[in-house]
Amino acid sequence: MPRRLITLVVALGVLTAALAATATGGTAAPDRTADTKLSLVAYSTPREAYGKLIPMFEKTSAGDDVSFSQSYGASGEQVRAIKAGLEFDIAALSLAPDMDELVSANLVDAKWKQQSYKGMVHNSVVVFVVRDGNPKRIKSWNDLTRPGVEIITPNPFTSGGARWNIMAAYGSWRKQGKTDKQAQANLLKLWRNVEVQDTSARASLNTFNSGKGDVLLAYENEAYFSRMQGLDLQWIIPKTTILIENPIAVNKTTGDKTAANAFLRFLRTPGAQQVFADYGYRPVVKSVENANRKKFPARPGLFTIDQLGLGGWQKVQKRFFDPKAGVMARFQRAVGGSTG
Amino acid sequence: MKGWLSRLGLRAIMLGYLAVILVGPLAIVFWRTFEDGFAPAWDALTTPETLNALKLTLIITAIAVPVNTIFGIVCALAIVRRRFRGKGLLNAFIDLPLALSPVVVGLSLFLLYGQDGWFGSWLDERGIDVLFALPSMVIATIFVSLPFVAREVVPTLREIGDEQEQAAQTLGASGWQTFWRITLPSIRWAVIYGVILTTARCLGEYGAVAVVSGRLQGQTETATLRVQERYEAFDLAGAYAISIVLALIAMLVLVAMTVIRPKEEAA
Amino acid sequence: MTEVALNRPARSGASRDRAATALSLGFVTTFLMVMVGLPLAALTWEATSEGTQSFWDAVSSPESVAALKLTLVASFAVSLLNAVLGTITAWVLVRDDFRGKTVVNAIIDLPFALPTIVAGLTLLALYGPTSPVGIDVAFSRTAIVLALMFVTLPFVVRTVQPVLQELDPEIEEAAHSLGASHTRTFVRVILPNILPGILSGVALAFAKAVGEFGSLVIITGNIPFETEVSSVHIYGRIESGDSSGAAAVAVVLLAISFLTLLSIGVIRHIATRHDR
Repeated sequence: MPRRLITLVVALGVLTAALAATATGGTAAPDRTADTKLSLVAYSTPREAYGKLIPMFEKTSAGDDVSFSQSYGASGEQVRAIKAGLEFDIAALSLAPDMDELVSANLVDAKWKQQSYKGMVHNSVVVFVVRDGNPKRIKSWNDLTRPGVEIITPNPFTSGGARWNIMAAYGSWRKQGKTDKQAQANLLKLWRNVEVQDTSARASLNTFNSGKGDVLLAYENEAYFSRMQGLDLQWIIPKTTILIENPIAVNKTTGDKTAANAFLRFLRTPGAQQVFADYGYRPVVKSVENANRKKFPARPGLFTIDQLGLGGWQKVQKRFFDPKAGVMARFQRAVGGSTG
Repeated sequence: MKGWLSRLGLRAIMLGYLAVILVGPLAIVFWRTFEDGFAPAWDALTTPETLNALKLTLIITAIAVPVNTIFGIVCALAIVRRRFRGKGLLNAFIDLPLALSPVVVGLSLFLLYGQDGWFGSWLDERGIDVLFALPSMVIATIFVSLPFVAREVVPTLREIGDEQEQAAQTLGASGWQTFWRITLPSIRWAVIYGVILTTARCLGEYGAVAVVSGRLQGQTETATLRVQERYEAFDLAGAYAISIVLALIAMLVLVAMTVIRPKEEAA
Repeated sequence: MTEVALNRPARSGASRDRAATALSLGFVTTFLMVMVGLPLAALTWEATSEGTQSFWDAVSSPESVAALKLTLVASFAVSLLNAVLGTITAWVLVRDDFRGKTVVNAIIDLPFALPTIVAGLTLLALYGPTSPVGIDVAFSRTAIVLALMFVTLPFVVRTVQPVLQELDPEIEEAAHSLGASHTRTFVRVILPNILPGILSGVALAFAKAVGEFGSLVIITGNIPFETEVSSVHIYGRIESGDSSGAAAVAVVLLAISFLTLLSIGVIRHIATRHDR
């Protein structure tokens, strides 16, 4: 009996200590009393950047009596949460189609793209993350179509961000003068080399780090961030690649948008843009981009989705990523088994 | 002789199986956590965000486990001791929640409690927050851990039979007395294991709760959400450290429950 | 030893029994309707919200069918493996004795308390390209079985253990003294008694395997038609904005799971026929 009692007392003691520790942990919500509360709903990767930017903003006169609630998650998931009622004042998403969904839900002004900097807050580019020393000599998109090259990329249907990779590939071939048919043929060859289709960009980075694959199609900011966290990554920016543009907008249905708009203006100040640059994002403000030229080399063949002449994301979504009849759906079936 | 050999053989199979599926992964978790010393793990565990997240997880678990335990015992008693039509259907129905993947659970709860959902406007009018607040997180957790106590108790109840209960009833004991004095002690191990499984599930649940929580930093972040966040920040040691704490809490519950035993031992 | 009706005639407790039955059934049904029935109804509604043609298109698309087949085959396989290995584990934990047994018993449930991403990451570290033991089964169908075994490990073990603990060892001793071999005793005497426990655990394992997501996405590679399971396929549909298609596939998967669970119940019913 005594031994049981001791075990019980110890167990209860530890549990109580744990609960007490959590109780005294205090709330992580800002402890400054503020008049205005803004809620930022963002996709997952800029979490650390905003972690630095929000206190910066709060120190400015515009942000003096503003406090923030923050939520970070996969871009598509955040959109669905917002549509189901998650409150937001500012939405910072991963790609324009996600923002357009908020437009159709009547939450964001349809003219968000006509705001300063086309409604974007930071950019990035699609890069090739390769193994140490690049043993397979992967430099261009054509190299990815070579047999025997194992490619890691997220699945474009489970990861909105992966669509950048696809359009970077296709768009690069179009920019190099290939016809639509030729570009698609190349894309199919590339797709046959894809060994793993993770559900998210971070998961595919993880897969690559576990030793699988010769090249990872990733975003420059992810690559930089991983390096900041101690991962020794090597990557190549192909001569022709797509400019990833990440949008931001305010909730049009809230009453007083002064603070939210002030925050957006703040994010495009050189100071804030430099913070984004520090975290691996290409600034949208030219002066800051030029100041960080070494980190973000220019590329002659850099293009945006709109410059491809395909009708922008809206048309591209339907044509390439429709789950039933899109180009990628056809490719998945072509590459996969016949019986499945 | 033969018995001795087969006993060793079975033991070997079990140990081999557990080594591959259980011990190996657990060892990796511990190793990765302390690979770079105690500091990264400790740092991850002692931030206010993590402590709050652990608190939230414990609160949700403290609500979901008793609810599912009571449901499980009543349900098991009904299935085994009572006669009614549709028993097979009910039995199969209980396990169904497990078959829903987390994203489907999230979708269904959005369809019910989202602002355009079945109860959306009703809840809005009364200012009740279900989604992106504690209620939906508790609902999701109850949902994914629903069957365990019932599933544990049903086979044991079947096995032990009801002669003792009938005897007690003939001697004039009330239903409650019979339950408390006779039935409950005889199913105690089933209840214990059911509670353990339920608790472990509640502690470790990520997908469904993450979707309905809205991931509000410092407000609706559970421990598993913190694990995800640490993983995304490339802090694997921190992610694993938080996971170990969850596993240890589950173990604590097991230890506590095996130590507390009702006075009557099965004859 | 099974469901004996307690409504004996001419007993003062008869009406009390009926009331108790009604009350407990009412509670159980209401709880299940609210907690489980409502979400399922909402899913079915969403699945059919764009018409039956759309429902059928989503369910019969080649990717959908491939994912469904893969999920069901893997779940069946894992359930069977669990039935055997889980029973052996429960047996050893209850009947055998060796140093460290208490520790082993205590850690059985631990994987279950780990978030699924941790499960996936550790399995990838242990049995993937950088495996310290030289086993690389990641990004293949084997990885699916491996991950599912990890997340369903406690089920059969924990449902058989309490039954074994309540089992009267005298019956076994009697069988032995009558000359029955170990195998015979097991098959004729023990197995029928623990079969409901095994089947209970199998039902749990099957259902959990069908609905698993987090650990699989890390380790399987998610290639459509090869290693993409239903839960990932459904996630892809939702991400692509096709929530009604996603709900359709989910509903069909649930219906098949329900039928399987019903069948397991029927098997138990038939197998324990001798008891009644």
